[in-house]
Amino acid sequence: MENQNNKKTTVIAALVENKPGVLHSVSNMFRRRGFNIESITVGQTEQKGVARMTITVSGDEKTLEQITKQMNKLIDVIKVNQLEPDSIVTRELALVKISVPDVKSRSDIINCVEVFRGRVVDVSPESLMVEITGTPDKVDAFLNLMRTYGIIELARTGLTALSRGIKSIRIDE
Amino acid sequence: MATVKMNGANALLESLERQGVKHVFGILGGAILPVYDALCTHPKIRHILARHEQGAAHAADGYARASGQPGVCFATSGPGATNLVTGIANAYMDSSPIIALTGQVPSIAKNSSYMIGRDAFQEADIIGITTPITKYNCQLSSVAEIPNTINTAFYIATTGRPGPVLIDFPKNIQTDTANVEFTSHIDIRGYNPTINPHPLQIRKAAECLAEAERPIILAGGGVITANAADELLTVAELLLAPVATTFMGKGAFPEIHPLSVGTIGMHGNPLANRLLLEADVMLAVGTRFSDRATGNLDTFCPEARKIHIDIDAAEIGKNIDVDIPIVADAKKALSALYERLIKQAKRKPDNPWMKRLEEARAQLNPPNENKEFKPKSLLQILRKLLPESAIVTTEVGQNQMWSALYFKALKPRTFISSGGLGTMGFGFPAAIGAKTACPDRVVVDIAGDGSFIMTEQELACSVIEEIPVTVIVLNNGVLGMVAQWQRMFYKRRYMAVKLGTYPDFVKLAESYGAQGFRVTSIPEFEKAVQTAIKSKVTTVIDVPISMEEDVVPMIPPGCGLNQQVGDY
Ligand SMILES: Cc1cc2nc3c(=O)[nH]c(=O)nc-3n(C[C@H](O)[C@H](O)[C@H](O)COP(=O)(O)OP(=O)(O)OC[C@H]3O[C@@H](n4cnc5c(N)ncnc54)[C@H](O)[C@@H]3O)c2cc1C
Ligand SMILES: Cc1ncc(C[n+]2csc(CCOP(=O)(O)OP(=O)(O)O)c2C)c(N)n1
Ligand SMILES: [Mg+2]
Repeated sequence: MENQNNKKTTVIAALVENKPGVLHSVSNMFRRRGFNIESITVGQTEQKGVARMTITVSGDEKTLEQITKQMNKLIDVIKVNQLEPDSIVTRELALVKISVPDVKSRSDIINCVEVFRGRVVDVSPESLMVEITGTPDKVDAFLNLMRTYGIIELARTGLTALSRGIKSIRIDE
Repeated sequence: MATVKMNGANALLESLERQGVKHVFGILGGAILPVYDALCTHPKIRHILARHEQGAAHAADGYARASGQPGVCFATSGPGATNLVTGIANAYMDSSPIIALTGQVPSIAKNSSYMIGRDAFQEADIIGITTPITKYNCQLSSVAEIPNTINTAFYIATTGRPGPVLIDFPKNIQTDTANVEFTSHIDIRGYNPTINPHPLQIRKAAECLAEAERPIILAGGGVITANAADELLTVAELLLAPVATTFMGKGAFPEIHPLSVGTIGMHGNPLANRLLLEADVMLAVGTRFSDRATGNLDTFCPEARKIHIDIDAAEIGKNIDVDIPIVADAKKALSALYERLIKQAKRKPDNPWMKRLEEARAQLNPPNENKEFKPKSLLQILRKLLPESAIVTTEVGQNQMWSALYFKALKPRTFISSGGLGTMGFGFPAAIGAKTACPDRVVVDIAGDGSFIMTEQELACSVIEEIPVTVIVLNNGVLGMVAQWQRMFYKRRYMAVKLGTYPDFVKLAESYGAQGFRVTSIPEFEKAVQTAIKSKVTTVIDVPISMEEDVVPMIPPGCGLNQQVGDY
């Protein structure tokens, strides 16, 4: 995922205390130090009282190192891992409402949805709502196709990720 | 363990007492009244009434820096809490352990509706406001959690890289009662500072130092925090390495020791700046390589191999690249290093690097015979007048940089100044805090007129609470440091720097019940200082000096350590 100026996009997975204010202190730290968040998702984990943040960031090697270290300094952040790009599964979910001008378009759209293994989750005379899951690239590709019909409304969850294999990020190790 | 039924306010004081708290600086108000009511009957905690919450926070900070024990300050909600902000930010920048406790509007009102979040009277989101300037902050939500939260707060503030912690205390929790259990238990899974150095890194560092021909040590504020001055001295003497310090490191190494070369940086000692550039190995301990210390990074010791000991992993590689990082407590790391170095061959005292040190010292730090009535001589004389144990604080500006250059610090925790934030008005309340922590020692604030005016109201606190300190106002009638920049970099176009001749600092002192002297000669200065430091009442010594006096040497902004102008 390397591009010019040695900038890399990396996924950071952090286990944090599941309590109010933690998201604020993390996002505030990013803002204050001028680090750029591309996407952030938060949710509960299998471990009690622990939430997991999946943060996509970009920057050069030094910046990424600082991001990890500065996150580690936050008291409510329990554990921070930079996920190895080659051994992770990443997913994003998008709900997209597409306008359907005519019957022909409707069947074209439904064909596309099938190719992308999405699902139609709501139908109205002038629109379709589609659920699409995959890597952000795949979601982007699908959305690009849909632009020709017209996207009425779009909600993306942002990227979430787990590393492959038996290894896991746990707080007790 | 047994539980005791009590209200939140008492649970707080009991928890503070168990942490060894004896003094609290603060100002009260509606949202913290129950805590103050509990203080009425608390025998062991002395409350010191500041005259502005900023003063309370700085006093807590000065207390912490002088004693190594955390300083505590109280404020009410809203404006009381926001008035603490400068003091908290100041403590954060200089890694000083203070505990700020703020009253807050009730989280739940009598009719059991929420008050927080509804713009109640004197509500301020102090948690949101202080998140980026505290090491940790939190709002209490029940009486039962108070002991654990206070223990956690003290633990976080004082361990690892110290820093301020703020606890927000809603009024209803202060008055609620519950069965409270006091334990010393602390449980924070997201916080575990690295204390012990990695043996492999110590070995690498020792090998690197053994090979060095021109080693230098750069000691920062972290050496003082770690109480590692003794370890530093033994390592320096073993290595025969000159010791430079950062501004915050002043006092980590006795500045009259033959190996001492003074402070580095923008207003550093030319000897320190020069030798740093000539060194082949730099052992940096407890420093964060601030821009004021390093100057332009491109010319900051590009040749030297760098060993960096710091307890905060995020400091390693943040500003400069290092060859051998050691994440550890400075005291532990320096002792471990010493244990390895002692096994290696001793250096000869007549080696070329030591000769170079003496030659450079003679050239760059010639002895000062001059006895002019100017800051340089006055500060050198002040050193002779004060006992070694005296604590000096400074304000910010020229007064501070003259102190850095010419007032030699001899022991750790005896030179206290706002380095990172550069907060005018810090020195005086910090002096009150230091004197509170160390009542048997002489405490002197070396002040500028502009800075002193910013927190001068604490004269009332120091007089009424009988915490006598001495304030020496180097009175140039200007915001001198900025005036110097206008003189040097803005073609002498003075804008908004002239303060005029008001107030009359002698009368000001007297109006607060303090003692005031004005001195215009060296003998008068000597006499005034001698009287002041023996006096039972706070003394302000007004020392009129020229507004044109520059702090030199100086490295112009953007330049490197090799581009210093002006003589020492
Ligand atoms: C007007 C003005 C001019 C200034 N000019 C200069 C100047 O010329 N030169 C100069 O040096 N400064 C100057 N300063 C001060 C400067 O802004 C910084 O405050 C200072 O350089 C920081 O010093 P430090 O690197 O020692 O770090 P500190 O801020 O003291 O930080 C301490 C470091 O030690 C680490 N640490 C803490 N505890 C431990 C432990 N137990 N073990 C190991 N490590 C620990 C911390 O993680 C941190 O990295 C000036 C300030 C002002 C206001
Ligand atoms: C609170 C605050 N406001 C502004 C500044 C910017 N500033 C830095 S030094 C200085 C002048 C200080 O004047 P004085 O206390 O008289 O000291 P002098 O330089 O004259 O010795 C100013 C305004 C600051 N550091 N802190
Ligand atoms: Mg002045």
